[in-house]
Amino acid sequence: MNMDPSEPNLLAWTIYLSFLGALGVMCVPRGKARAARIVALGTALAGLGIGLGVAVDWSPAPELVPLVNVEWVQALGIRFHLGFDGISLTLVLLTGIAAVAGVLFSWNIEHRTKEFFAFFLVLIGAVYGVFLSFDLFLLFVFYEIAIIPKYFLIAIWGSTRKEYGAMKLALYSLVGSGMVLIGMIAAWAVAGGQTFDLVSLGQHPFPVAFQKWAFPLVFVGFAILAGLWPFHTWAPTGHVAAPTAASMLLAGVIMKLGAYGCLRVAMVLFPQGLLLWQHEVALLAVIGIVYGASVALVQKDFKFVIGYSSVSHMGFVLLGLATLDAVGLTGAVLQMFSHGVIAGLLFAVVGRMVYDRTHTRDFADLEGMRLDKMLPFAAVTFVIAGVASMGLPGFSGFVAELQVLIGAWNAFPTLAVIAGVGILVGVAYTLRAVHHAFFGDADAAPPAESMPLPPISVPERMGAALLILATLAVGLYPRLLLDFIDPALRGPMFDGLRAVMKGGTW
Amino acid sequence: MTWIARNLWLIPALPLVASGLTALMSRRRRGWAAALAIGSLGISFLLALCAFAAALGQGGEHGPFREVVNFDWFQFGGQWLQLGWVLDPLTALMVVMVTLVGLLIFIFSVGYMAEDENFTRFFCFLSLFAAAMLGVVIANSLLLFFICWELVGLTSYLLIGFWYHKPSAAAAAKKAFITTRIGDLGLLLGMVWLYAESGTLLFYNGGAGCLEQGALTAMLVKGTAAGMAVSTGIGLLVFLGAVGKSGQVPLHVWLPDAMEGPTPVSALIHAATMVAAGVFLVARVYPLMAVGGGVGQGVPVTTVLTVVTWIGAATALFAASVAVAQNDIKRILAYSTVSQLGYMMMGLGVGGVAVGMFHLITHAFFKALLFLGSGSVIHGCHHEQDVRRMGGLKGFMPVTFVTYAIGMLALAGFPLVFSGFWSKDEILHAAHGWSVSHWPFYMGLAGAFLTAFYMTRQVALVFFGKYRGAEQAGGQGREQGSAGEAAHTHHSSTPSLHHSSFAPHESPSVMTGPLMVLAVFAVALGWFGTPAWPWFEAFLNGHSAEVELGKLFSGGFLGLALLSTLIVFAGLGLGWWLYGRRTRAGAEEPDVMEQARPDLWALLKNKFFVDELYEATVIRGNAWVSRACHLADRWVLGGAVQLIAWLATGVAWVDRVVDEFVINLGFDGGCRGLRESGGFFARLQQGRVQPYLRALGWGVVVLVIVLMVWRD
Repeated sequence: MNMDPSEPNLLAWTIYLSFLGALGVMCVPRGKARAARIVALGTALAGLGIGLGVAVDWSPAPELVPLVNVEWVQALGIRFHLGFDGISLTLVLLTGIAAVAGVLFSWNIEHRTKEFFAFFLVLIGAVYGVFLSFDLFLLFVFYEIAIIPKYFLIAIWGSTRKEYGAMKLALYSLVGSGMVLIGMIAAWAVAGGQTFDLVSLGQHPFPVAFQKWAFPLVFVGFAILAGLWPFHTWAPTGHVAAPTAASMLLAGVIMKLGAYGCLRVAMVLFPQGLLLWQHEVALLAVIGIVYGASVALVQKDFKFVIGYSSVSHMGFVLLGLATLDAVGLTGAVLQMFSHGVIAGLLFAVVGRMVYDRTHTRDFADLEGMRLDKMLPFAAVTFVIAGVASMGLPGFSGFVAELQVLIGAWNAFPTLAVIAGVGILVGVAYTLRAVHHAFFGDADAAPPAESMPLPPISVPERMGAALLILATLAVGLYPRLLLDFIDPALRGPMFDGLRAVMKGGTW
Repeated sequence: MTWIARNLWLIPALPLVASGLTALMSRRRRGWAAALAIGSLGISFLLALCAFAAALGQGGEHGPFREVVNFDWFQFGGQWLQLGWVLDPLTALMVVMVTLVGLLIFIFSVGYMAEDENFTRFFCFLSLFAAAMLGVVIANSLLLFFICWELVGLTSYLLIGFWYHKPSAAAAAKKAFITTRIGDLGLLLGMVWLYAESGTLLFYNGGAGCLEQGALTAMLVKGTAAGMAVSTGIGLLVFLGAVGKSGQVPLHVWLPDAMEGPTPVSALIHAATMVAAGVFLVARVYPLMAVGGGVGQGVPVTTVLTVVTWIGAATALFAASVAVAQNDIKRILAYSTVSQLGYMMMGLGVGGVAVGMFHLITHAFFKALLFLGSGSVIHGCHHEQDVRRMGGLKGFMPVTFVTYAIGMLALAGFPLVFSGFWSKDEILHAAHGWSVSHWPFYMGLAGAFLTAFYMTRQVALVFFGKYRGAEQAGGQGREQGSAGEAAHTHHSSTPSLHHSSFAPHESPSVMTGPLMVLAVFAVALGWFGTPAWPWFEAFLNGHSAEVELGKLFSGGFLGLALLSTLIVFAGLGLGWWLYGRRTRAGAEEPDVMEQARPDLWALLKNKFFVDELYEATVIRGNAWVSRACHLADRWVLGGAVQLIAWLATGVAWVDRVVDEFVINLGFDGGCRGLRESGGFFARLQQGRVQPYLRALGWGVVVLVIVLMVWRD
C-alpha cells in the first residue's frame, strides 16, 4: 500500500484505521486512561488527516473513484467495494471533524475509559464504512455495525433514563434496518439476483409499480434515522440520554447516515418512486421543521431543546432531498455537513461544558447560576453556535438552508413559506435557550459561596475552535464543499434521478 | 472604472478589521479600542468622500452614474452565484452619511461610555455594526445585502442587550431580534422568489441584473395564481423586510423597547442608520416596486408603492400620537423616529426615491443630534431618563440646550432655516399631488402638527422651568426610580463626589463637540433640496440642478409651504401654551393632558395597547401551538410507541407461556432457560467488544446463508 497522502486509495484506511484504533485502545493496559485517550485522538486525527489530504489533492470529477473492489460472497454477487465521490468525501470530512471533536470533548471520561473509546472508534469506523461503500450489502453491514456501539455508549455512559433512551434508539434503528433489508433484498431479486453493486442497481430500470412500494419502504427505513417526522421520537430521548460525545456523533453523523441512505440508496435506486411520493415526503419534512422547532420552544431541559432542534434542522435535509431540484439537492448535502458541525458544537456546550460541571440541565436551575460570569467561554461558544444554528449568514447553515429554500420554492412554494416560519421559530427557541441558560436572572444571589466550577479545559477549547472554524469556513467560502458536491450530483450514479427532474436544471 | 469604485470594499472592510482586532484585545486596552474604531471609521469616511466626489457630476444621458464590481461566490445548481458592490449616487450619499454620523457618534461614545467596564467590547460591536451597515449600503446583490442586513440585526441585538444584566434590556434585545426576523423572513422569501424568476440576485449587471429592464419586464408580464404580477408579489415580500427593520406598523413594537441600549447605540442604530436601512432597501429596489406604474407620466403608481404609502402614512400618524404621552426622554424620540420613518416610506411611495431619501439624510443628522443631546442630558442628570424629573436644564447645560433646540426645530419642521422643513415639505407636497388618495396628505399634516407639539412638550419639560430632579436629592430612590440607564455601571464614582455635584452638569467637550457638528448639518442640509435649487434630486437622477428662485413662489409650493408652516406653528404654540407657560410644579404631578382627558391619555400612554394585543394573540397562540406539539410528542407519538412496546411484550409473554408450559412442559427446562438468559444478558452488559463482534459476525453469516438459500 502506497502511503503517500495524496493517494486517494488511502481513504479506505479511514475505516481500517478506526477499527485498528479500537483494537489498539483495548490493548492499552488497564488504568492507563490517558494512553487510551491519546490513542483515540491519534486515530481520529489520522482519519481527519487522510480525509483532508485527499480533499486537498483530489480534483473533483463526477465519476466514482474506486478504492477497493474485490469478490466477497461470489454466489450472491456481493463485493467488498469501496469508493468515493464528492458526496462521500464531504461526509467523510464531517465524520473526521466530528470524531476529533468527540474525542476532545470526552477527555474527562474516567469510567471505563478504554471501552468507551473502543466503542467510539468502532462507531466511527462503521460510519466511514457506510459513506465509502458502493456495494449495497456492504453498506448495510456497516450500517448495522454502527447501531451496536451506539447502544452501549448510551446504556453505559449515558444519563437521564439511559436504558430507556438506548433501547428506544436501538429499536427504532432496527425497525428501520428491517425495512431497508426487505427493500434491499427485493431490489436485488427484481434486478436479477446478480449483484448488490450500487452503480449497476442504480442503472437497472425497476418497474414503476415496484418502485411505488419499494421506495417508501427503503426511504422511510433510512429516514427514521434522519429524524423524519413522525418517526423522530427516538432522537430527542436518545440525544438527551447519550453522553456528550455520543450525542455529538448521534446528531453529527448518525442522523446523516439515514439521510445519506435516503439519497444514495432509496433515491438512486428508485427515482420514479421519489417522483410519486415527492409531495408526501416534503410535507413530512416541513412538518418536522416546524414541529421540531415548536417543541423545542417549550422544553425545560436544555438538552431537549437541542435534541428537538436537530429534528427541525434535519427536516431541511429531507426537504432538500424531496425537491428533486439541483439547488435543493446540493443544499441538502451541504445541510448534512452544516448540521453535523453545528449540532456537535451545541451538544458539546450543553453536555460537556455545562452539564458535566453543573450537573443540571434544567433551565430553572441554570438561570440562577450566572453562567455568563462563571463560564464565559461556554457562553460565547453557545452564542456563536446558536447564531450559526439559527441560520445567520457567515455560517454554513445559511448557505445550506438558502439552497434548500430556493429548491423548495421551485418545487412547492407553499411548503417553502412554512419552512421559513420554522426558521423564525428557530430564532425564538435559540434566543430563549441562550437567555435562560447563560444570561438568566440578574437578581439571583451571586453564586460566589457555592463551589466554583472548574474552568473550561484545553481540549474543550480546541474542540470548540475546530467546530467553529469548520462552520465559518464553509459559510464564508461554500465552494470548499460545493465544489465536491456539485460534480458528484452530475455523476453517472445520479443519471436516473436527473432524468426525473423537472426542467432539467443541469 | 474609477479606482474608488474598484476599492469600494475597503469602506466596510476597515471597520470590520478594527472590530476583529478589538475582539482579540485585552479588556483593559480601552484607549486602543477607541482609537482603532475611530481611526478605521475615519479612513472609511475619507474614502467615502472620494466615492462621493467620483459620483458627483458624473451623470450623463444614460441616467445616473453607476459602476459595479461583481465576483463569483459559489456555484448554485447549474450557475454561478455572484456578489458585488455598486457605486452610484444612492450609495455615495449613504456611505458619506453613515461614516460621518457614525464617526461623530463613536467620538461621543468615548465620553458617554467612559466609565463602563465593557468599553472595549462596546467599540468592538460598534465597529462590527458600522462594517455591516456599510456593507448593506454598497451591496450590488440582494444576497450580499441580506447577509449584511442580518449582520446588522445581530449587532443591533448585541448592542440593545449590551447591559444584559438588566432584564428589560435582555428582553428588549430578544424582542427586537425576533420581530425584525419576521420581516426578514419576508425578505428572504422575496429573495428566493426573485432568484427563481430572474435567475440572478445582482441589482445591476450591465443589463442582466434583476433591477434592469429585461428582468423587470419579464416579472411584470408573468402573473401569479392570485392574478397579480410576480413583480408585485416579490415587491411586497421585500417590503415586509423593510417594515420589520424600519419599525413600520404593525412591526414597530421592537423599536421603542430598543432604547434599553446605551444612548449612542440608540442614536447610531435606532435613529440614523439601521432603521433607515429599510427605507434604503425600498429606495434600492425602487425600480422593481415601480415597474408597471407608468414611468414617464410623473410619479409611478403601483400596488406595491400604494401599500408602501399607506403603511408609511399610518405609521407616521400613529407613532406621532403615541409620542405625545410618553415620559421617557428616549422613548419620545423613539416614537418620533418611528413616525419619521413612516414619512420617509410615504415619501418613497408618493414621490419617488429622491423625496424619501432626502428626508432620510436630513433626519439622520438631526435625529442623531437629538439622541446624542438626550444622551448628554441623561449623562448630566446622573442617568435620569424621566422628563418629569428634569426641568430647567438650559441653565446647567447651555451647549446641549442650544444644539438640542436646533435639532428639535429641525424635527418639528420650523420653516425656511431648518433642514427638516424642506425635506418634510417635499413629502407633503408629493402626497398632495398623489393621484390615488388625499388621505396620506391629511395624515401627514396631522402628524406634522403632533410632531411640533410633542417636541415642544419635551423641550419645555426638560430645559425650561425649574429643576425637579433635586426633589429626591441625596440620590436615594434614583436607581429604583424609572429606567435609570446604566445606573449599575456608575458605582465606581465615589459617593462624596456624587453628593457634592448632584446638580446637573454640562458634558465634556468630547460629547458636546459632535453635537455642534451635527447641529450645523441639521441646518445646512436643507439648502440642498429646496424647490429653488433641487440639487439632491438632480444628483440622484444624474442630471445637473439649476437655481430657479422663482419656483419658491410658484403657486403649488407656496400655498403648501404656508399651510405646513401654519400647522407647525399651531403645534409649537399649543405645546408651549400647555407646557411652557406654566411649568410643572413637581415630578409627581399628573400631566396637563392627563388631567383633561385621562381616558385618551391612558390609550396613548399605553401605545394603543398594541403590545398587549400581540401578547394575547401571536405570542400566546405560538406558545399554545408549541405546547400542543410537545404534548402530542409526549402522549400521542410516545403513547403509540409505548403501546407497540406493550403489545410486543404481551406477545412475548404469550410466547413464553406457550414455550414453558406447552412445548417444554418441564419446570426444570424453564428454570434453565431463565438462568441462561440471565447469564446471556449479563454477558451483554459486561461491555466487552469481542462478544459483540462475534455475535455480529454470526449474524452476517446467518444472513448470507439465508440469502443463498433464497437464491437457490
